[in-house]
Amino acid sequence: MITIIDYGLGNIRAFVNVYDRLNIKTKVAKNIKDLEGVNKIILPGVGHFDYAMQSLENSGMKERINDLVLNEKTPVIGICVGMQMMSNRSDEGKLSGLGWIDGEVKLFDESKINYKTKLPHMGWNDIEPVKDNKLLDGLNTNSRFYFLHSYYFRCNDKSNIIAETIYGEKFASAVYKDNIYGIQFHPEKSHSAGIRLLKNFAEL
Amino acid sequence: MLRPRIIPCLLIHNKGLVKTVQFKEPKYVGDPINAVKIFNEKEVDELIVVDIDATAKRIEPDYHLIEKMAIECRMPFCYGGGIKTVEQAKRIFGLGVEKIAISSIAVENPSLITKIAEKVGNQSVVVVMDVKKKGLFNKYEIFINNGLKNTGIDPIAFAVKAQKLGAGEIVINNIDNDGLMKGFDETLIKKIREVTNIPLTVMGGAGNLDDVGSIIRQHGIIGVSAGSLFVFKGKFRAVLINYPTLEEKEMLLEKYF
Repeated sequence: MITIIDYGLGNIRAFVNVYDRLNIKTKVAKNIKDLEGVNKIILPGVGHFDYAMQSLENSGMKERINDLVLNEKTPVIGICVGMQMMSNRSDEGKLSGLGWIDGEVKLFDESKINYKTKLPHMGWNDIEPVKDNKLLDGLNTNSRFYFLHSYYFRCNDKSNIIAETIYGEKFASAVYKDNIYGIQFHPEKSHSAGIRLLKNFAEL
Repeated sequence: MLRPRIIPCLLIHNKGLVKTVQFKEPKYVGDPINAVKIFNEKEVDELIVVDIDATAKRIEPDYHLIEKMAIECRMPFCYGGGIKTVEQAKRIFGLGVEKIAISSIAVENPSLITKIAEKVGNQSVVVVMDVKKKGLFNKYEIFINNGLKNTGIDPIAFAVKAQKLGAGEIVINNIDNDGLMKGFDETLIKKIREVTNIPLTVMGGAGNLDDVGSIIRQHGIIGVSAGSLFVFKGKFRAVLINYPTLEEKEMLLEKYF
């Protein structure tokens, strides 16, 4: 069973829909009571970093999730801003991140982007796996994902990077440490490649 | 490598899918849910769905239908039609829709662009401009209420305004070229691209993949949307939902991108 954290941000329904089709059970957690018996967590997120951190705080679930992830080693995947929240901090805001993976969130360098639309990085891009990881089973450089973001996760420890993507510069599109995963793209809106990744996560 | 987006646009009328010509003569082309399922199989980049009744009749969006489509959609889903308030936009968002398209109301009450953007995020607010050439000098003007009412507003100036007010994306919908399948109005697209830097999507006129390619060659990263091209096949316009395969798309990008 997959527990999706609903703190008011992200397309929760899209994750539920994908897993329904795969016949994998999901549960949407809106408060601390819903976190009983959790064994796998999806932390979605869209929008502003501080707003996301504050909303998670306000949901009353933050401390318990921290405990589940850091002490009980429950597998967790952060998606888009959910991934960025796992960092120490973000250039987008003032609040501290969860600090689960050592890194910080930076704004893309617009001077390196040659298109009229510099930001957001929006549309379909590919990922290049740089490390073997079960999360990326069956995915390769031809696997395309839908991205929508202006900030990216910069790892302080490069060994945490499992896939990279190029937008002006190379950035970490998937990161990993112990039981913690983060991906910048939206697997819930990325057709067969996204479904495969979400299935991989369920089967970890 | 980031790729330009190639986006089917579907119109809803009397709960069915239709395709128009110059915003008129809606022709029935099928069931919306079935179409979404087919576009899933074809792995389309994104999907735009506009309810032309909700706009023209000024009625509430059909939340039930939107929800059913959103549940099926395995790609980013943009819905437009009948949205007049922040509450409606939020409700539609909660159904699993990524982008909210507003058109008539954005022109009549531009402050709503900011209000919706504040609630759902700029990236999710799409401003659609229905544009037609008018008068002796072929001046571009924005039309509202499904092309029925001329506002006299200049789309180039309005695009700048919409961007300033917090729109996350602009869609140019060319009424003159709609359904004719004779290519895009590239002049208008160029003018609007010059004055804006948020994501831009263009529709109205695509007759074949080379028309799509021509826009991509000029603008690189852009959204190119089409209705007729992806619902009709052949010169007799037989209804057949279609979309380039991944290989065809790669070939197209190799040639034009």
